[in-house]
Amino acid sequence: MRLKLVPSETSIDFFRNARLTFGASVVAVIVSVLLFAIMGLNYGIDFRGGSTIRTESTAQVDVGAYRDALSGLGLGEVSISRVFDPSFGADQNVAQVRIEAQDDEQSITPETVQRVKDALKAVDPEVRFTSVESVGPKVSGELIRTAMISVLLSVCAVLIYIWLRFEWQFALGAVAALVHDVLVTVGIFSVFQIRFDLAIIAALLTIVGYSINDTVVVFDRLRENLRKYKKMELREVMNLSVNETLSRTVMTSATTLIALIALLVLGGDVIRGFVFAMTWGVIVGTYSSVFVAKNIVLFLDVKRDWSKPDKTAGTQFGNGTA
Amino acid sequence: MLNIPLWKRILIWGVCALGLVLAMPNLFYSRVEGHNDAVRKIEQSGATEALRAQRAAWPGWLPSGLVNLGLDLRGGAHLLAEVQVEDVYERRMNALWPELRDTLRDLRDQVGTIRRQDAGPGELRVRISRPEAMDAAMQAVRQLAQPVTTLTGVGSNDIEVSAEGDELIVRLSAAERQAVTDRTLQQALEIIRRRIDEVGTREPTILRQGDDRILIQVPGIGSAAELKALIGTTARLTFHPVVSRTTDGDRDPGPGNMVLPSMEEQGVFYVVEETPVVSGEDLTDAQPSFDQNGQPVVTFRFDPAGARAFGDYTVENVGSPFAIVLDNEVVSAPVIREAIRTGSGQISGNFTVEESTNLAILLRAGALPAGLTFLEERTIGPQLGADSIAAGKMAAFVAGGAVLIFMVASYGWFGLVANVALIVNVGLLFGLLSLIGATLTLPGIAGIVLTIGMAVDANVLVFERIREELKTAKGPARAIELGYERALSAIVDANITTLLTATILFMMGSGPVRGFAVTLGLGILTSVFTAIFVTRLIIVMWMERRRPRTIEV
Repeated sequence: MRLKLVPSETSIDFFRNARLTFGASVVAVIVSVLLFAIMGLNYGIDFRGGSTIRTESTAQVDVGAYRDALSGLGLGEVSISRVFDPSFGADQNVAQVRIEAQDDEQSITPETVQRVKDALKAVDPEVRFTSVESVGPKVSGELIRTAMISVLLSVCAVLIYIWLRFEWQFALGAVAALVHDVLVTVGIFSVFQIRFDLAIIAALLTIVGYSINDTVVVFDRLRENLRKYKKMELREVMNLSVNETLSRTVMTSATTLIALIALLVLGGDVIRGFVFAMTWGVIVGTYSSVFVAKNIVLFLDVKRDWSKPDKTAGTQFGNGTA
Repeated sequence: MLNIPLWKRILIWGVCALGLVLAMPNLFYSRVEGHNDAVRKIEQSGATEALRAQRAAWPGWLPSGLVNLGLDLRGGAHLLAEVQVEDVYERRMNALWPELRDTLRDLRDQVGTIRRQDAGPGELRVRISRPEAMDAAMQAVRQLAQPVTTLTGVGSNDIEVSAEGDELIVRLSAAERQAVTDRTLQQALEIIRRRIDEVGTREPTILRQGDDRILIQVPGIGSAAELKALIGTTARLTFHPVVSRTTDGDRDPGPGNMVLPSMEEQGVFYVVEETPVVSGEDLTDAQPSFDQNGQPVVTFRFDPAGARAFGDYTVENVGSPFAIVLDNEVVSAPVIREAIRTGSGQISGNFTVEESTNLAILLRAGALPAGLTFLEERTIGPQLGADSIAAGKMAAFVAGGAVLIFMVASYGWFGLVANVALIVNVGLLFGLLSLIGATLTLPGIAGIVLTIGMAVDANVLVFERIREELKTAKGPARAIELGYERALSAIVDANITTLLTATILFMMGSGPVRGFAVTLGLGILTSVFTAIFVTRLIIVMWMERRRPRTIEV
């Protein structure tokens, strides 16, 4: 008896509710962009400069007392948050103290760190400082630039690769799906004000890679079917292709999600944001490869002159030469 | 298709076996690490009983390459420092000024009086009272230019001379700036490396980043502040004329002088002139040696400019002491016994052999040629790193187990094959990481877990395809053959795109993110290898033995 997430034969019409599904995606993208514009992101010190100090103690964290202790130091905005994680022991109380970038200082001076430590020690003598990180505004500006360039570069690289291997319509469809995934992920980070740092950029890039992976599998089948069923409506061929690959799409997403959820629950709080971005991205990426990418291709319409398949771009692998 | 030649089979199994053997030391991490440390120590400073025992804990004929643990896993300090190259430009210009002044003074009849103006770093502005003679002045100053000796700057001079109204402007040329920057950075890197090596920590990373930055990562050090103290931020080596020796540190040194403590003797201070005669940059070599009486001394050699300045000074000051100052402390204040015109000399003091050796190293390494500004610093406690490793391991095992079960539930026997491939895949990945000495970071662990999830993708593609082909094809062998053949283009396209993004991540990212890119990228390579070679080989071998009439995927 096999576990089957998807029946072996499906004939779902993925365009039947196209207005709803594609519309939902368009709305989600617009809302994400608006959220980003209005609420912005909760940038970590990587992008905003400043310092974070992670504390650990056997005593309960009293955020109020911490705040009182630090407010007298003249450090500007200080935010203190408690950190929870299922992997922590019963007497492991962790907090994160964030201090904004200080004027005229590239990174926080040892004296300032010491003052903060002393102040917190006065509140709780048991407190230990498990990590201290500080990024100067000069570097954080560059990090933002590099991060944006790398996301753009990877999208461009994907665009060019798909264009070479398929047709330009496919490339645009795939990139539209990618942009959708990235923007919607940024949107969710904006809504929940989850800390957005360098690791999240890495997650975004991985989402780009993963989502394109899914999209390419559908496109690959579409390319094959377009050659096989020359007379069939483009829409029908697309539905057929998505149905044929649906089992694989769901299976792969399922195994990846299994791994990611294990990380999300057990991987510790340090990478939770990163894993959350990835988990969300896999879900959105799977959705977009089924409901977004091909709609764009349908909209753009593919030139279906497959009479000389050998001369079309990049079919060398598709003809079973291996 | 289903006939895989013997050599290919041996090659595939060989690669798997090699990968697993290379990965194996990671299972005994602390033992192998102890072995490696012991081997290194024995090489450096001879063997002791304890070290031999530590070395024997892991047999020498087994591979001992390990995946390096990143700072976020091991704990330690990370600094990104910017070298203040402008300081060096400015010193260059200050050093040029006396020469330039003398040159223009020789032309006093033509250019009139001269006055130095304030200018930016790497710039020297001189106002002359007769602007009509500017051309002559520029001509004369240009004579001071020297060719730049770098690969890129061939044919250009170190300074550029121009005029602006009645001001003569001397600037460092672009080629010279680059040369100075490169030299300064190399010097700074070398000095930082030596200072950190003195502490003897394991595998520090000291790298130049971009034009004027240095990345320093030292595992196992307590905090970034400690690391900063170790590197020293502003120190320079200089030689100063000594005015007097005193025990009163608060004494008013008088104009142009300063009071510096002695490094060796407690409570002894020297009053020295603020302007150094020569500085450590002019030093080309320093070696420990012995004088005629067999006393340990340090011999040193200056470059031509330093030799000239030092020679002139010693001629005029035989019999008086001068101070060798490092980190604003007087290392020693020897008396000049004779004029030193050769550009080399020796420092004698009451040195032991060890002290003279250390002083020579210090002089050779010198002090940092320019100040450092710290742009980024991170300290990660070892406990946090250990917690992260524990959490990552736990997550990896649970994720792996869940995926294994899921695959068997979905694909039965074929799922089992995919699972073997998955385990081989993780082994290969660790083997590769150990082989290239890659650094594993926390996001890197996430990359491995993600690879576990995604690695089955290529297999899923093939299995799903086989399922489809079974509906139409004649017999299982043909279905398997077609399954592999037709799934290949999707596998290749899908993985190349992911590989593209991993490459971009690697190029643009730094630190932990780069670690993630490495595991993701290598994970893609190993998963494609296992999916299209290993699983296929297992299935083919199974088919050959069983020759099943029907198969169920």
